[in-house]
Amino acid sequence: MSWETVIGLEVHVQLLTRSKMFCGCSTAFGDPPNTNVCPVCLGLPGALPVPNAQAIRLATRAALALGCTVQSRSVFARKNYFYPDLPKGYQISQFDLPLATHGWLEFDSPERGRMRCGITRLHVEEDAGKLLHDRVPGKTAVDLNRAGTPLAEIVSEPDIRSPAEARVYLTTLKQILAYAEVSDCSMEQGSLRVDANISIRKAGDSTFGVKCEVKNLNSFANVERALTAERDRQIGLVESGQRITQSTLLFNAGTGQVRLLRSKEESHDYRYFPDPDLPPLVLTQAWIDEQRGALPELPDAKRERLVMAYGLSLEHARVIAADRAIASYFEAVVAAGAEAQAAANWVMGDALAGYNAAGHFTVAPARLAELTRLVAQNKVSQQAAKRVFASEDLANPSTTSTLAIAEKLGLTQVSDTDALGSWVDEVLVAFPKEVERYRAGETKLIAFFVGQVMKRSQGKADPKGVQPVLAEKLRA
Amino acid sequence: MTAAAVAKDVGARLAQAAGLNATLHWSAECLEAEARRVDGMSTQGALHALPLAVKDNIVTIEEPTTCGSRILEGYVSPFTATAVRRLRAAGAMVACKANLDEFAMGSSTEHSAYGRVNNPLDHERVPGGSSGGSAALVAADVVPAALGSETGGSVRQPASFCGVVGVKPTYGRVSRYGLVAFGSSLDCISVFGKTVNHASRVLAVMSGPDPLDATSVDRPPMKAPAAISSLAGLKVGLPREYFPSDLHPGVRAGLDRTVATLRELGATISEVSLPHSKYAVPTYYIIAPAEAAANLARYDGVRYGVRRVGPEGDISSLYRATRGSGFGAEVRRRILIGTYVLSAGYYDAYYRKAQTVRALIAQDFHQVLGANGVDLLLTPTTPTPAFKAGEKTEDPVQMYLADIFVCAISLAGLPALSLPVGRDRGLPIGAQLIAGAFEEPRLLAVAALLERTLGGTEEVR
Repeated sequence: MSWETVIGLEVHVQLLTRSKMFCGCSTAFGDPPNTNVCPVCLGLPGALPVPNAQAIRLATRAALALGCTVQSRSVFARKNYFYPDLPKGYQISQFDLPLATHGWLEFDSPERGRMRCGITRLHVEEDAGKLLHDRVPGKTAVDLNRAGTPLAEIVSEPDIRSPAEARVYLTTLKQILAYAEVSDCSMEQGSLRVDANISIRKAGDSTFGVKCEVKNLNSFANVERALTAERDRQIGLVESGQRITQSTLLFNAGTGQVRLLRSKEESHDYRYFPDPDLPPLVLTQAWIDEQRGALPELPDAKRERLVMAYGLSLEHARVIAADRAIASYFEAVVAAGAEAQAAANWVMGDALAGYNAAGHFTVAPARLAELTRLVAQNKVSQQAAKRVFASEDLANPSTTSTLAIAEKLGLTQVSDTDALGSWVDEVLVAFPKEVERYRAGETKLIAFFVGQVMKRSQGKADPKGVQPVLAEKLRA
Repeated sequence: MTAAAVAKDVGARLAQAAGLNATLHWSAECLEAEARRVDGMSTQGALHALPLAVKDNIVTIEEPTTCGSRILEGYVSPFTATAVRRLRAAGAMVACKANLDEFAMGSSTEHSAYGRVNNPLDHERVPGGSSGGSAALVAADVVPAALGSETGGSVRQPASFCGVVGVKPTYGRVSRYGLVAFGSSLDCISVFGKTVNHASRVLAVMSGPDPLDATSVDRPPMKAPAAISSLAGLKVGLPREYFPSDLHPGVRAGLDRTVATLRELGATISEVSLPHSKYAVPTYYIIAPAEAAANLARYDGVRYGVRRVGPEGDISSLYRATRGSGFGAEVRRRILIGTYVLSAGYYDAYYRKAQTVRALIAQDFHQVLGANGVDLLLTPTTPTPAFKAGEKTEDPVQMYLADIFVCAISLAGLPALSLPVGRDRGLPIGAQLIAGAFEEPRLLAVAALLERTLGGTEEVR
């Protein structure tokens, strides 16, 4: 039997605001417990929520970046349930009239190629606090710093067909939200959280199977692992003649397995109703258009332009466009005079490694552009250029030119025939047997000699100049 | 007169009125501190040295705010309600926190966890509710004005029972920030006055938009109206649904007297119809409890207020024990109703339907008070004068029907007031005047002239 997997994802992202959704408290991560709180986010008697305009703006940007229709009128609703991390006994969310609907996300499926996944809705809501189980022995403590932090919930259509696709969907979504500067999408800090709905059906069926929701997914890799485990569990159940019951499951990253959290019968009745403390959220078309106009170039468009404007391969464009900062750096290096492909090679290589390590690019674009020109002019070898790039002097803006740094480090390339001749002589003396073999007709050893000369010159020798000198001296 | 002298006098009156059980918290020290603050103000405010009773569901930082509930016993708010902040800045003094039906749920102030309030005109009778403590303190001449709150008539109805003026402003006219929520789409901080003028002055100071309340309306604060001497050109409508044939004869006589006075003053009287008002009480008892069930979920024993731990020792038993013992019977009843009407499968039949009916009720008023309609409506405030304590406590529906003439106005969000128009065998009769949204100045000006002409304490039959 061939089975088709059907997956829909619910992603919560924390909106990049300085203050909370309905009060002025800071959203800073990692402050001492219960220091960023006030009567509103503590749910004290008599306190009232007032919406954060910046949160609405960011959620609108996210919605527009995902091709959603932003509703001119949306409604905040109360989602009622009791939990110690929920100060009011309800969460302010949106229900039947969300901020935005009918969007899509295009991504490259590992199985199906380019595909489009529908976005059902995007709505804004407030986060709950956090329970701390390890602070007070034998007791659970409540930290309400996070309570009231603004979130956007992005719900996909059940258009995803494999755990691997789910992972690519998430990677792509994260890229777009980071580009739009909506969220920093850090799973470690909880600013991006994923719940996954998954069901299976016989290949070709048009109706959906019974779905289960998987929670506690703390990385994109674990989303893929959890969904794989759950898909296999469901197929196993059905193939052994059992039924799947609708339920909510928790993934255990340690065991790689899911376990039952609650069945459908135990699910909450949230008793949503419009929040009478908050008038309907009314957005004018002019304001929505203004937000659309303010959106930056998004990853797809950027990738396309990198191919068209710089002649990069699609694969290179993909790597560079994956992060807005990388793409900006690449374009700055080219603008400073580097040849595009050379710039791309540097940006994807040593520069990216440095960026990943430091969190920012250490070398100014103009410096890197100059370095690529020195390589192109054979003044610095590719190998030596890497050492110049790694030197602290290059990252220091107060130093002189890149060429001066290369000279100071003794890394300018030597093309002078006499200087090359002396390194060649040393090599020929050091490897008499190889010289004999070469002269006996084993001419492919020329590469070995070039390599030895480069090594002896510590990369300074111009390899193009070395070869004729070697050939000349070996003939003698 | 200095604020210190006023405070001393009010302290003596509060002590004397202890038998009413109308206050929950007050102290001579707090009063003296208020007086020192006011006497120290560089300029005299609009309400200089005016002592106010404040219903105990409006938060203040000097005294506890219990909402008449065990669950908030001893709770002191870290912030002051916007309305109180504005009143104090204008020179008013908070004299005491007044007793109320628990979380403002009730029509007799018999549902306070701290005991019932007596009607100062007849201690066997209720003062009305839920703002019964505030009404009683004004009626007993302890304070000239007091803050109450309305969700469905909780100021107008006790004003009628106690023979004082009670004004409910347009929804959104006064900030709700610091009013402990009951039914958020209905709640209005409202005011009692010994006279219309007292109420007008207090309302003028506390009205106006508040950035802390997203439902406060962005309009300049209300101006207290200038006195008028004639009602020539004023059109007053009598909605026939509010004058049933079995209306209490004393109430009818009081209203007849009011209509006659309106005519004498030059007003034109006509009969109008508000056909959907008959659904107001059931509609109100779906919407208000639904909102209340969510608003009262925060009293869970986790962060503040009273905490009880159940025998199982887990979080669910903490919720059950805290809420089960902390809330009184009427509050529990309304939480159950509210939870029920919002439940999956019942939402459309109850909550959604009630919202539809609410819109129809409001539409009736907008039509009657619209461009080609009348300027004001006149109705009885209550179907009977003050009833006896214990008379309706066993029958919640009879208790709810005490608000039959005031509920619809709350659902429509309109301004209205109750004015004493006479007495029947010593018990006050109140007439209700209703205006269009934000028409408080006209409403108050007419009421002040009626008050001057009618007196208000004469026997009506």
